[in-house]
Amino acid sequence: MMRLEKRPQPSRAMALATPLLAVLATMVFGGLLFAVLGEDPVQSILTIFWQPLFGEFAFYYRPQLLVKGAPLVLIAMGLALGFRAGIWNIGAEGQYIMGAIFGAAAALVFYPLEAWWIFPLMVICGGLGGFLWAMIPGLLKVKFGTNEILVSLMLVYVAEQFLSSMSLGLLKNPEGYGFPGSRNLQQYASAHNAEIVSGTGMHWGVVAAFIAVIFAYVLLTRHRLGFAIRVTGEAPRAAKFGGVNPARLVLFCLGTSGLLAGLAGMFEVAGPAGQITIDFNVGYGFTAIIVAFLGRLHPVGILLAGGLMALTYIGGDIAQSQLGLPAAAIQVFQGMLLFFLLALDVLTNYRLRFGAAEVA
Amino acid sequence: MTALLDLSGVTKAYPGVVANDSVSLTIQPGEVHALLGENGAGKSTLVKMIYGLVKPDAGQMSLNGASFAPSDPRAARAAGIGMVFQHFSLFDALTVAENIALGMENAPPMRQLATQIKAVSETYGLPLAPHRLVGDLSAGERQRVEIIRCLLQEPKLLIMDEPTSVLTPQEVEILFKTLRKLSAEGTAILYISHKLEEIRALCDAATILRLGKVVGHCIPRDTSAAEMAELMVGSALKPPQKAAGASGDVLLELRDLSLPPVSTFGMPLREISVSVRAGEVLGIGGVAGNGQDELLSALSGEVPVPVGTVFFKGDDMARAHPNARRAAGLLTAPEERLGHAAAPDMSLTENAMLTGAAREGLERNGMLDWKAARSFANRIIADFDVRTPGPGNAARSLSGGNLQKFVIGREILQRPEVLVVNQPTWGVDASAAAAIRQALLDLAQNGAAVIVISQDLDELMEISDNFAALNEGRLSAARPAAGLTVAEIGQMMGGAHGMEVAHV
Repeated sequence: MMRLEKRPQPSRAMALATPLLAVLATMVFGGLLFAVLGEDPVQSILTIFWQPLFGEFAFYYRPQLLVKGAPLVLIAMGLALGFRAGIWNIGAEGQYIMGAIFGAAAALVFYPLEAWWIFPLMVICGGLGGFLWAMIPGLLKVKFGTNEILVSLMLVYVAEQFLSSMSLGLLKNPEGYGFPGSRNLQQYASAHNAEIVSGTGMHWGVVAAFIAVIFAYVLLTRHRLGFAIRVTGEAPRAAKFGGVNPARLVLFCLGTSGLLAGLAGMFEVAGPAGQITIDFNVGYGFTAIIVAFLGRLHPVGILLAGGLMALTYIGGDIAQSQLGLPAAAIQVFQGMLLFFLLALDVLTNYRLRFGAAEVA
Repeated sequence: MTALLDLSGVTKAYPGVVANDSVSLTIQPGEVHALLGENGAGKSTLVKMIYGLVKPDAGQMSLNGASFAPSDPRAARAAGIGMVFQHFSLFDALTVAENIALGMENAPPMRQLATQIKAVSETYGLPLAPHRLVGDLSAGERQRVEIIRCLLQEPKLLIMDEPTSVLTPQEVEILFKTLRKLSAEGTAILYISHKLEEIRALCDAATILRLGKVVGHCIPRDTSAAEMAELMVGSALKPPQKAAGASGDVLLELRDLSLPPVSTFGMPLREISVSVRAGEVLGIGGVAGNGQDELLSALSGEVPVPVGTVFFKGDDMARAHPNARRAAGLLTAPEERLGHAAAPDMSLTENAMLTGAAREGLERNGMLDWKAARSFANRIIADFDVRTPGPGNAARSLSGGNLQKFVIGREILQRPEVLVVNQPTWGVDASAAAAIRQALLDLAQNGAAVIVISQDLDELMEISDNFAALNEGRLSAARPAAGLTVAEIGQMMGGAHGMEVAHV
């Protein structure tokens, strides 16, 4: 019989190996799924993982990797800080939307003025929008002990309603022939988050994502606050004994993740998306939760996981168009990744033993 | 007469350690048999095998002459074995009768069960109202619930694991009367303890375990406590050396400290006033759950307390958060090692950082100096003889005694002016406990004020200059420890907590 035995201490080797094992298991079982759907499994997996990087049209797909990966990494990095402390912000999607609206509105107020300070102002407002939206569950939790998971999640739907009302009302393009949606910021030079080097996909959001990763790494390993986050996640009573103020930590973690999600939204609306529309958000805020866990809540891990997730997105699109795989199959494939990751996670703290069971 | 229970050559090994090495033990019907030994001597493993929780690797057990190999606790109970654990498994929010019904195979209807509970409790002098909420009961009353739960199954052998650690001396007397009555009726009792005087008062025979082996048998009545202790430990113990308590300035003073309970069944603190001077060891006794944790949280700064209740060297510290108190010199070590005093999954270096950051200069402008933290952890490990491969190991990988030495050492090495410790030697083997007590005494000798909260009265009498007791969240007036009688201590601890003495 198979059983789990608790390790005397968490295994570092396993902590590093389980994400790789999870990716492998996803490839195997995803291949099986595609085979059942009547596709060649090896071909499908190659299409998803190989084509975007080294295929015929890789010159087009590689920049897309940065464009799709940056918001995921930026959001996931903020979420991971909270997740490490046991503070569950599930509403990054809403904070992402609010960041985009605040950032776009800051620019549109001054349209068509061209000035160097408009883009920095958008960055500040975008971050602020996400921050404020995340402060709602934060303050409610600190003051009234509400559950931040429910409140932050429900605020996503409020933000979505706000988004459609903005794109149909206040922010609607007056010269847009009645179509919903704001002016296109790509055509507003001072507000455009353009590629820093043309054809690379490298825009300011990508830079921000790298900065966030470095900042989070230093915070978690070298700073008192990062230590407070880790102790709180491991042993809340010990953290309190060690002088951590739980309420302040809740506000810091929710605030930071909201800020980063807001920035991601702002960089997206000013760059790749271009305008505020009803369907502006495409689920980065939710996918980032997977990215955070896939990266083991570790800054470097999240960087790699963001890249991997972007790859499955782009590869999934190719598989859809070239092989005709249904979109749902691609989503199942991505879900498998998280499933295997969480399932294999247990091996970090436990080892598998084969033999007779022992009651102890 | 055939023996009730006979164990011969019972062996049980775990990876890396032989918990029981060819242990033999015989218990006669109606006998009160003591099982003596230090922590880790193998007492728990042995009774777990008798109770069907663990299967022996080798050896025979027989009950009333027939071979006995319980596959699980249910089988053991069916064979007539009952066990009262040291840690109760009761639900606070349920009544006594409901709790008892939960532990029974075929619970009768609630009304009938209540009558049975009343009958059994009166027969054995353990008064208990079936309809009271367990959350409202004292520790002694909770233990009664566990005992009655066993007695309802009419056991032939009752195993009791350290039953007196949660009782006042008066409550111990009541319990002993009950146990003697049971024994007179033919129920055998296997009594696990390391309190030697109790064993001398109660038990007919004793088996002593050391490192998994039986190292001796004795008739407790005819053996001195010192002889038994020597058998247990394997060598004569050096009692802590205590110099006359020089009393200096008042370092910590509590004035009318009251605190509402944190949770539904928590204990409030009620008008606690006490002061400790430099060089003094103040022992605070009391049965578990009478406000010990709450008092420590109030002193560590984890729970905010009203202004004007906590004074450190004359300054009002009531609103200061934990690290401000540490910086000033007021240090604490809570009872719960894993999860409160230390984070289980974090390394010893990180746990050294947890409380040492401010006083040991391990952080500068919020940036942490891990090299300094590691050398601080190494210093604790060296000075307090913590057995571990190194400071990179997780706290949970240490044995209870070693982690306790680390936790106490971490605070003592920070040169506190006032140190408050809760249960400093709980679950720690005798030699480590002696080392911890000596370290606390040395600290006081060097001019610190030390408050030791403990449920071990022997320990408190050994090291305290003054003694006070917590009862229902109230602290009695402190009295010089020298010359206090057991009866006086018992009264300070709240007597029998309103429990009647057995009418038997």
